[in-house]
Amino acid sequence: MTLHTLLLVAALLVGIGVYGALSQQSIVMLMMGLELLLNGLLLAAGALWALAADFTPRGQLLAIVIMAVMAVEMAVGFAVVVAVYRQRRVDTTEGLDTLRG
Amino acid sequence: MTGADLAFWTLAAIAVITGWRVFRTDSMVRATFFLLTSFVAVGAILLLLAASYLGFALIFMMAVEMTVMALFMVMYMMNPAGLNPMNMIHQPGTAVAAGVGVGAVLAAVALWVPFPHSAAAVPPSDPIAALGHELLGGSMLVFESAGVTLLAAMIGSVVLSSRAGRYGAADEGSLPPGLEPGGEPAGRRPAPADGGHTHMHMGDGTGGHMDMAMDRGGGDGSGDHDHGGHAAPGEGPA
Repeated sequence: MTLHTLLLVAALLVGIGVYGALSQQSIVMLMMGLELLLNGLLLAAGALWALAADFTPRGQLLAIVIMAVMAVEMAVGFAVVVAVYRQRRVDTTEGLDTLRG
Repeated sequence: MTGADLAFWTLAAIAVITGWRVFRTDSMVRATFFLLTSFVAVGAILLLLAASYLGFALIFMMAVEMTVMALFMVMYMMNPAGLNPMNMIHQPGTAVAAGVGVGAVLAAVALWVPFPHSAAAVPPSDPIAALGHELLGGSMLVFESAGVTLLAAMIGSVVLSSRAGRYGAADEGSLPPGLEPGGEPAGRRPAPADGGHTHMHMGDGTGGHMDMAMDRGGGDGSGDHDHGGHAAPGEGPA
C-alpha cells in the first residue's frame, strides 16, 4: 500500500467515472458516474494526506470539501431530475437537447 | 505482504470492479448497490490510512445516499429491476476513449511523478481530535463555507423539486404570463414530444388570461393538444 498504488486505484476509479458520466443516457446514471469520479478524488486526497502530507489536519479539509461537493451534486441533481420530469416527462439526456447547436 | 497490504489490494479490487459493474448491469437498482459497495471499499481504505473520520463519514453518507438513489431508480427508470436486457448508452466510442484517456493519464501521473514522501511514518495519536481542532480553529472559514453551501443546496433543491412552480403547477405545463396583457407567453414553449406532455389551455374565459398561473392545463399526457385558445378573439372579457 504505497502512494503510487493508491493513486493508481484512484485513477482507475476516475477513469471509470468519466466513462460512465459520458456514456449513460439516464440522468440518474450520469450522476452515478460523477459520484464514482468524486470517489476516486476522495481516495487520492486521503492517500496524499496520509502518505505525502505528514498527516497534517489541514489536509483532511480537502477531503471534506470533496464530500460536500458530493452531497451538493446529489441533492441538486435529484432536484433537477424531478423538475425536468415534471416539466417534460423525460428522464434521459436525449430529452434535454434544447441548447443543442 | 502484510495484512494491511492484503486488505488494501482486496478493497481496491472490490472498489474498481464494483465501480465498473455499475455501468455493466441491467438492473439500475443493482447498479446503485454496486456503487455503494465501491464507496464502502474506498471508505475502508481510508480507514486503513488512519483517516477514520473521513472513512466512517463516507460510509454513512453513501449508505443513505445510495438508498435514496435506489428509490429514484424505482420511481423514474423503466427497467429498475433488470428484468429485460437493456443498453442505455450513447456516444460509446467517445465515452470509452475519454475514460481510458483520463484513466491512463492519471495512472501515468500516479506511477511516475515523484511525490513528496511523508516524514512522519506513524499517524498522530488522535487524528480525529486534530481534525476537530482544525475545523473549528484555523480552517473554520472552509468549514463554514461548506456548511452554507450545503444549506443553499438544500434550499435550491426544495425550490427546484416543489410541485408549485412559479407560474402554476410545474407538472401541468405552466407558462409565464405574456409580455403585454393577453400576449403570447414569454417563456419557451415545450415542444410536443412523442407521446409526451404538451400544454393545453382551457380557455374557460374567466378573467382574461392575463394570469397564466390560473391555467390548469391538461396533464393527462394524451399528447394531442396544442397550445390553443390563448387570447383567441371573442373569448372572454379581455
